[in-house]
Amino acid sequence: MVKEGYRKERLDRGIKARCDSIFMLTSYREILYMLLPRVLPIAALIIIPLVLEVSGQVYWQKVFILACVISLLAMGWDYLASVGLVSLGQALFFGVGAYIAGALNHYLKWPIFLTIPVATLGGALICTLLLAPIIRMRGIYFGMVTLAFPLFFNRIIEATKLCGGTEGLPGLTQFPTIWVATYLIIGALLICLFAFRRIIDTDYGMVLRGIRDNDRAIMASGINIYWVKVQAIFICAAAGAFAGAFMSHHIGIVGMSVFALDMSIMPVAAVVLGGGGTFAGATLGTFILVPLSEFLRAYGTLRIAIYSLVMVVCVVGLPEGIFHYLQRKYHQFDRWVTVEAKE
Amino acid sequence: MELLIYGLVNSAILAVMAIGLSLTFGVSGIANFAYGGFYILGAYTCWGLFTQLGLPYLLSVILSMAALAALGFIFYWLVFLRVRGMEISEAIASFGVGIAILEFLRWWGFIGFYYNLPGFLKGSVEIGGVFVDCHRLIIIGVALALVIFLWLFSHYTKIGLAFRGVAQEERTALSLGINSDFTAALSVAFGSALGVLAAITILPTGTILIDKGYDALLFALAVGLVGGLESTLGVLLASLILGFAQTAVAVYGATHWMMVVTLGAIIIVLAVKPSGLFGKSKELEERV
Repeated sequence: MVKEGYRKERLDRGIKARCDSIFMLTSYREILYMLLPRVLPIAALIIIPLVLEVSGQVYWQKVFILACVISLLAMGWDYLASVGLVSLGQALFFGVGAYIAGALNHYLKWPIFLTIPVATLGGALICTLLLAPIIRMRGIYFGMVTLAFPLFFNRIIEATKLCGGTEGLPGLTQFPTIWVATYLIIGALLICLFAFRRIIDTDYGMVLRGIRDNDRAIMASGINIYWVKVQAIFICAAAGAFAGAFMSHHIGIVGMSVFALDMSIMPVAAVVLGGGGTFAGATLGTFILVPLSEFLRAYGTLRIAIYSLVMVVCVVGLPEGIFHYLQRKYHQFDRWVTVEAKE
Repeated sequence: MELLIYGLVNSAILAVMAIGLSLTFGVSGIANFAYGGFYILGAYTCWGLFTQLGLPYLLSVILSMAALAALGFIFYWLVFLRVRGMEISEAIASFGVGIAILEFLRWWGFIGFYYNLPGFLKGSVEIGGVFVDCHRLIIIGVALALVIFLWLFSHYTKIGLAFRGVAQEERTALSLGINSDFTAALSVAFGSALGVLAAITILPTGTILIDKGYDALLFALAVGLVGGLESTLGVLLASLILGFAQTAVAVYGATHWMMVVTLGAIIIVLAVKPSGLFGKSKELEERV
């Protein structure tokens, strides 16, 4: 919006300035101002499944769980992106985790509480080892190779008939009730969300962001950036592998679809829509995109086309993302001020 | 002998696929991940013009190349220009456009044996006891012609030099009077047109499939990464290496493993020499 003869000025709200600088919360209003953005999403995540249960929406319960799973992948993507590594193949992490959990449960009959941790750590380790040789590449070069990895796993499974080949591994142990599944994934989501946000704010997180912004400056400071990148990949892969392991137990079957393009594109689109670098944006984006894509399910592959277009429009037209916009509105107000005429 | 001939054909296919991407990405530094989408869209455009409208084949080839070049040009002004310089956004935006094109076509129902392009020449010849389609031999010719064309183009024509100038140092190029936006838009357009040419050359060996768009993007990237993105010689050598390796695997083992060979080659080359076999200028700047 443009107004002739005026420009927009943005100022911090008074309450923001007080909460920021004085560091002492003196009224309920200020405490609420600080707590609301943190408590509200947690409360929403805990209450939504109950609401869905009461209203009998079994289908949307499943969609909710899927959204939580995708948002783990999206947060992992965001974490990697904050080190400057763009992954176009989040399906790799998801798929490796899913297959490890599936294989352990199917062949060795391990119980769930063993397979999920083993799949999370083992999957993260395998993915890190796979990606370690290409760690020296930056930005899009890294993306190109990660794009190929899930397809490569698809072909291997197809070719070697490993883990059931195209049929997949059916009959995995499922969670005892849907409540265990729901709150397990919500817990994981919240842990990831707040842990990642905390990590990024520490000194270690500063190193991560420094690698993205100017890696040679970080190298010159005597930090081994490759080792830091490996750690970042491990953390991202652990989140993704957990999501995969969870999903294979949730639906009770693991098949080649875990390496599908959906799983790679959806997280990227979600982060782009929600706004990168904050993790909350990634979650917000997923909870918008996943239900949207469920509405479009009747249109088959057109929904992939639609959310790729959403992604493109967001990258080009709304580069900051929804979350940053909301954050700005929450902390700042804007007003029109007159521009002095040029004399 | 079979290995030799089919390896050569396969290498030629890879080289033809990679040239378009190499032109936009290697030469002017724009990662056009929508390449796979343009590749298939061009093939369908040509198919539509030829079989549905009944235009002469040569005319429909030229028209579809022109159409996709125009589309590439517009695509640059609509999408790339707004995210120029932010490599990550460039990659995501163009990747999104490519997927949108491919999945839209898939939804539209362009699947089946019905969709195929005619070869340039029918019949086959016998070379050393192996029968080869004439068309496959033509692919080798096209590949050679394209590689020579690209090398001459990027070294001896003004516009080719401008492309390289923009890729190496955009501001210096600007100060020498090269309009970097126009040049970059042209390079996307040229790359798309070459992508269509590649599709029209390669796809007559089978039917037009949506998934071949993804394959084209992947193989083109693989060739580019192994060979070094800005080097024409690298493209040639990398496609020979990958082409023969894939064919050898296909002849002695299972065809499913072809993809594995490609990825293995990328990883080995990158671990040993991160800028590709012949890459030089970008070694320090972008990769390490």
